Amino acid sequence: MTKSTFKKKFLPWLLPIVIILFWQLAVQLKWIQSEFLPAPTEVVQTAIVDWKKGILQKNISISLFRATCGFVIGGGMGFILGLLSGTSKLFRKTFDSTIQMLRTIPNMALIPLVVLILGIGEPAKICFVALACLFPMYINTYHGITSIDPDLLEMGKSYQLNTVQMFKQIIFPGALPTILMGVRYALGTMWTALIVAETVSADSGIGYMSTNAQQYVDVKTIYLCIIIYAFLGELSNYIAKNLETIFLEWRNSARSLTEE
Amino acid sequence: MALIELDGVSKKYGDKTVLKNVSLKISEGDFVALCGMSGGGKSTLLRLISGLEKADSGSIKQENKEISTINSDARMMFQDDRLLPWQTVIQNLLFGDKSEERIKLAKRLLDRVGLIDYQNSFPASLSGGQRQRVALARALMSQPKVLLLDEPLGALDALTRRNMQDLIIKVCSETNITTILVTHDVQEAVRMADKIWIIKNQGIAKELTNPERNNQTAEAQLKKDQLVETALSCILDNN
Repeated sequence: MTKSTFKKKFLPWLLPIVIILFWQLAVQLKWIQSEFLPAPTEVVQTAIVDWKKGILQKNISISLFRATCGFVIGGGMGFILGLLSGTSKLFRKTFDSTIQMLRTIPNMALIPLVVLILGIGEPAKICFVALACLFPMYINTYHGITSIDPDLLEMGKSYQLNTVQMFKQIIFPGALPTILMGVRYALGTMWTALIVAETVSADSGIGYMSTNAQQYVDVKTIYLCIIIYAFLGELSNYIAKNLETIFLEWRNSARSLTEE
Repeated sequence: MALIELDGVSKKYGDKTVLKNVSLKISEGDFVALCGMSGGGKSTLLRLISGLEKADSGSIKQENKEISTINSDARMMFQDDRLLPWQTVIQNLLFGDKSEERIKLAKRLLDRVGLIDYQNSFPASLSGGQRQRVALARALMSQPKVLLLDEPLGALDALTRRNMQDLIIKVCSETNITTILVTHDVQEAVRMADKIWIIKNQGIAKELTNPERNNQTAEAQLKKDQLVETALSCILDNN
């Protein structure tokens, strides 16, 4: 194995492995009380039991469904609104101030309103996640489009590109790195919103599992839920990174040159 | 008949007059260099011909047609290459039009500028000189009648600059394209152009011809050196 392969593949996992080993050791040597911090092996055992009962996969899939729906609806709306604000002066003047005002309202403050309007069912939870994803996508799409290098726009103008060509060749690809940054940020806020949504009158999902475990002082399940969230967060990060690798190939080529 | 004709053209940016009552004629196939101090209005003149800017007064015509919007028969090469970093070299030439004819033309032009082997590379992996060569090929894609060069070699090192000068001279003489070069380097102007116009005091201060441009004899070189001196003294003269 070469040094760079080790650095690329194994180094990111080194710290989590060391933490887990230290955690296991600390519990076994009774440096910490296991009722507050159960050993990793006990958390794994809980996971196996819950998996066999079908509880784990059911709750993970429900949470994933809510997260995906919320992200697609909210992220999609944020993208479209950002696109319109970035490309149309009239739209920007009409809607941007209002959207920016709404953006500053904390998500938590909207829970009573969302519950009142949509009840406590699935639409309310999805709506809550969607609201959390909408604003990061809006801001980044809008910012990406309005920050395009004016020299490139002038070049497009002097080469007589039409509106569609301008958008396809210059505006959208130029804004894409910032839009993908918005995707990454929205994926982060998506999980945060989901946790909050699933602790409010839910009867399924990882958030519900965690709240329910808290009532029964089931610390192992609480840790299991936290670990699942960490894995799902890492999965989102992995997806975002891969999107960047696929769509920003040109940037990777420039980066590889500077790293040489 | 003149290909490009400017008559009494003036241009102001705010309160500052950049060009005042400029009139000139450029014939087909000419290689004209506009020389002068920075901020003298050379680039503005080029932008007016390209249609990127509008004159406050006067008329600008190409083939007797008034240039009121972007000049479709002229293409500009800027000081910075302005290549799209997210597109490969060949994609930068095609602008999304992947018709067989356009691809053939793009490949031919890349071959002409010596970059056919780099057609699938991204601009970031090219040197400054190579990127300007791509920009030159891109400017020639629409087979324009006029090539506008806005100090495209300003940021290059001496050796690359010399190679690019040779390439531009070669391409322009092969295609017989009318070329207008903006430069503050008088030696570059004398090396490349057959007409040198000194821009000063918001107008054309002097018109110099360079009949020995392609002549490499010692006598011709002496004449070119004298032309450089004349141009320099005109630029630096306070009157």
